[in-house]
Amino acid sequence: MRDFANWALDTAKLRGATYADARVMDIRLRDLSTKNGQVGTLAESESYGIGIRVIAQGSWGFAATDRLTREAIAACAAEAVAIAKASALAKRHDVEMVPVEAYQDTWQNPYVKDPFQIPIERQLDLLLAADREMSRVKGVTVAETSMTFRRIEQFFASSIGSAIHQIKMQSGAGIVATSFAGNEIQKRSYPNSFGGQHQLAGYELVESLDLVGNALRIAVEAVALHSAAQSPEGAKTLILDSSQLGLQIHESIGHPIELDRVLGMEANFAGMSFLTTEKLGKLRYGSDIVNVVADARLEHGPGLGTFGYDDEGVPAQCTPIISNGLFTGYLSNRETAVSIGLARSGGTMRTESWNRLPIIRMTNISILPGAWRYKDLIADTDDAVLMETNRSWSIDDRRYHFQFSTEIAWEIKGGKKTRMLKNPSYSGITTEFWNSCDAICSREHWTLWGTPNCGKGQPQQTMGTGHGASPARFRNVKLGAAFAKS
Amino acid sequence: MSPMRRSAKKFPARARPKSSAAVAGLHLLSDAEMRRIAERVFKFSDADETEVEIGAVTDALTRFANNTIHQNVAEQALSVSVRTVLDGRTARATTNKTDDDSLRRVVETAKSLARSQPRNPDLLPMPGPQKYTKAARYFENTAYATPADRARTVARVTQMAEKNKQTAAGIFSTGVTQTAIANTRGLFASHRQTRAEFSITILESDSSGWAKANSPDLDRIDPAAMAQSASEKSAASRQPGEAAPGRWTVILEPSAVLDLVGFLFYDFAGTAMLDQRSCFTKRMGKRVLGENITLHDDAYHPLQSGAPFDGEGIPRQKILLLDKGVPVNLVYSRASAKKMKARPTGHGFPLPNEMGEAPMNLVFAGGESSVEEMVRSTGRGILVTRLWYIREVDPYEKVLTGMTRDGTFLVQDGRVAGGIRNFRFNQGILEMLSNVEMMGPAVRAAGEESFEMVVPPMKIRNFHFTEVTKF
Repeated sequence: MRDFANWALDTAKLRGATYADARVMDIRLRDLSTKNGQVGTLAESESYGIGIRVIAQGSWGFAATDRLTREAIAACAAEAVAIAKASALAKRHDVEMVPVEAYQDTWQNPYVKDPFQIPIERQLDLLLAADREMSRVKGVTVAETSMTFRRIEQFFASSIGSAIHQIKMQSGAGIVATSFAGNEIQKRSYPNSFGGQHQLAGYELVESLDLVGNALRIAVEAVALHSAAQSPEGAKTLILDSSQLGLQIHESIGHPIELDRVLGMEANFAGMSFLTTEKLGKLRYGSDIVNVVADARLEHGPGLGTFGYDDEGVPAQCTPIISNGLFTGYLSNRETAVSIGLARSGGTMRTESWNRLPIIRMTNISILPGAWRYKDLIADTDDAVLMETNRSWSIDDRRYHFQFSTEIAWEIKGGKKTRMLKNPSYSGITTEFWNSCDAICSREHWTLWGTPNCGKGQPQQTMGTGHGASPARFRNVKLGAAFAKS
Repeated sequence: MSPMRRSAKKFPARARPKSSAAVAGLHLLSDAEMRRIAERVFKFSDADETEVEIGAVTDALTRFANNTIHQNVAEQALSVSVRTVLDGRTARATTNKTDDDSLRRVVETAKSLARSQPRNPDLLPMPGPQKYTKAARYFENTAYATPADRARTVARVTQMAEKNKQTAAGIFSTGVTQTAIANTRGLFASHRQTRAEFSITILESDSSGWAKANSPDLDRIDPAAMAQSASEKSAASRQPGEAAPGRWTVILEPSAVLDLVGFLFYDFAGTAMLDQRSCFTKRMGKRVLGENITLHDDAYHPLQSGAPFDGEGIPRQKILLLDKGVPVNLVYSRASAKKMKARPTGHGFPLPNEMGEAPMNLVFAGGESSVEEMVRSTGRGILVTRLWYIREVDPYEKVLTGMTRDGTFLVQDGRVAGGIRNFRFNQGILEMLSNVEMMGPAVRAAGEESFEMVVPPMKIRNFHFTEVTKF
């Protein structure tokens, strides 16, 4: 890998690049799924190649190839320089970047069990057992299970002298029960939608989830939803479980703080952000108890946004995003940091694969735990709706107005969790919502969720992000607009 | 207001010398070369049956924002995907390396995965040789467009934006995709296709306009006209007012129609019907949409793109899906066809998978009204350029939510009265397609939520906007 990267840097420099970096990546995937007692997907793949990013004549160029011969890599590097020179035909100013030190390092996330060494038979047996449990419940029309594993080995080298070797192991698994009856399709997922829980971890994550032990419960709930009462409309107190709060953070905090989006670089596709730069340090993003960080360090936890170095060689770090309700930080890279006068990059450049340009991505965007025990929060709530497990999610292209619905909800009356509610939804304006937060549960209820399917960029890239959250309470939230008839 | 113009000739159709290709050293694989890769895989495999899928991509994309190119990328990639069958069990392994050791290893991985599972009594033998109708979707001018070609076009549209005191952002991409499927029963299918795409957003301080087009042929895309259209929309939507949410008459431009009706595609899958996940469950043969709604899946339509065969190499058939508002047919893979006592239609995904199949070349029958005529006929309504972040709220009633974006206008007394703040909608698609009052000619439309289809602009009554955002 080191040789491939060095060949690329040498050619880029010879062709006139004033800066160059290269990422050699070797990605291995395993996907398993079952449906109604039969194996669905059963596949492995490997993908190995190099992506070369350069600045020449003050503009960016990037080229990638999976032909890893010296000649092909040199041609690819030369092409990156030629593309940069073409970019200069439509430039307004030269690219500037904040400095970064040169690092020579090796980093690997810790894990206990290599999922690629666990026999497929054992993995399928677990999925089929969970599938059977769900299928036992009368009224379940589709039972589905899945596991996915990814090993990413990468070598980064840059013309300023960095040489960084990293290995990341990701695991994920989940189950879903779907029920069709009357004129309704209802479903329940465990431990979360989007294929369940995903972390930077080994097979021990899958074993910790107890998929089989939860299969019957979610299957029963999926069928019971048909006869549950409709979740109410109107302004009410809302309690979100930690997985739904994780997605709320992703959409209404994680994306708007991306500095490339703020600066208009994503205007054509992902959109822009209401968090214009004059709001930094001034905007009351949330209530005083809301504290959010962007933390890629291992000490934050094994999130999908955890790494040693980002994909332009900047060490993982923790950036305070919301501090006691005040907006305090963006996600930045070496280029955008210049635009707002930062001395260093926030270290959030990430790429899906060797053939994609690194762009600003969320790392682990997490709300810090509060002081409430969950049972005390419920007991303290007189009249509310508790919503669990995301079903649909949508937010405008500046990240003001959102609407979410969840798979299931529960009525909270007089401090007690009472009846099941179906088709729950809520909507609002980002800052109004976060300012209505008046209770956040404690560390013992906090989970670092993985969102494996975050899309951004052109060509579009899918990235895994982490979101730590515990259940939280919000006052005076608009409920039910998604299912309102008029 | 369609951004695509058939006669646009911004780029000469002549083939350029290969030295100026989009990606250095562009090498297109011949059928003989792809057959040779497949034969090498077959040589390494002693499975009962072996299938090889070869994919080759050469792609380049120039991205601009703030009136400058800020990202500019190119890639070359080849993948070899091998499916083996052993005693009624099947699995797939994929590599992007083509040396003997890698091909031998990918075969062994596919065999090992296949052996690791229970026997599947529904697994069918691989199909033998098939006859295909060629779909001519390869254009040399597109394959050999250069970074400088794209940069010069971008420079022209960003200069136009600057002259208008506006800001442009967007993409201009070109590329070539090659696909081949071969199996040990003698099937061989191949397809070569080019792709060109231009998308532009023009921004002002409180407004924006947008246009996007995609075609196998670069000559069918007119970036200057699209930039002009987006610029005019941005100017026309300055100082947006606010309209109250509620039930509105809407005029949806083709991109907005596409991104809504695109959510129906999997509902026409035989497997979705078997799983009772289709919104047409218990509704086949019944009039559930307006009589003016007719829909085909037609891979051979002149405005369509894609290969004329499916993931198993079965030829795609033209299928009538909706006939005057009545769902009449589904599409099938070989497996779902057998289960449902139907004939395969050539819409299966590569095996193994749990989704089955889907129509990927949807073509709506259009009407004859122009968007301008729709506006003139409307006393009070909303004109929508595009939609954004659409997600399914209710899968059986097919209620979708999402936002309007980049050009939302109030229509008053038969004319566009000005820009308005963007709405959130929660709208049932079956209900929507029962309320279509006027349609224009169907065009190849591009959006961000669905793959490209041939759809008309539509005027629709009682469209449900539920909330308004801040811009």
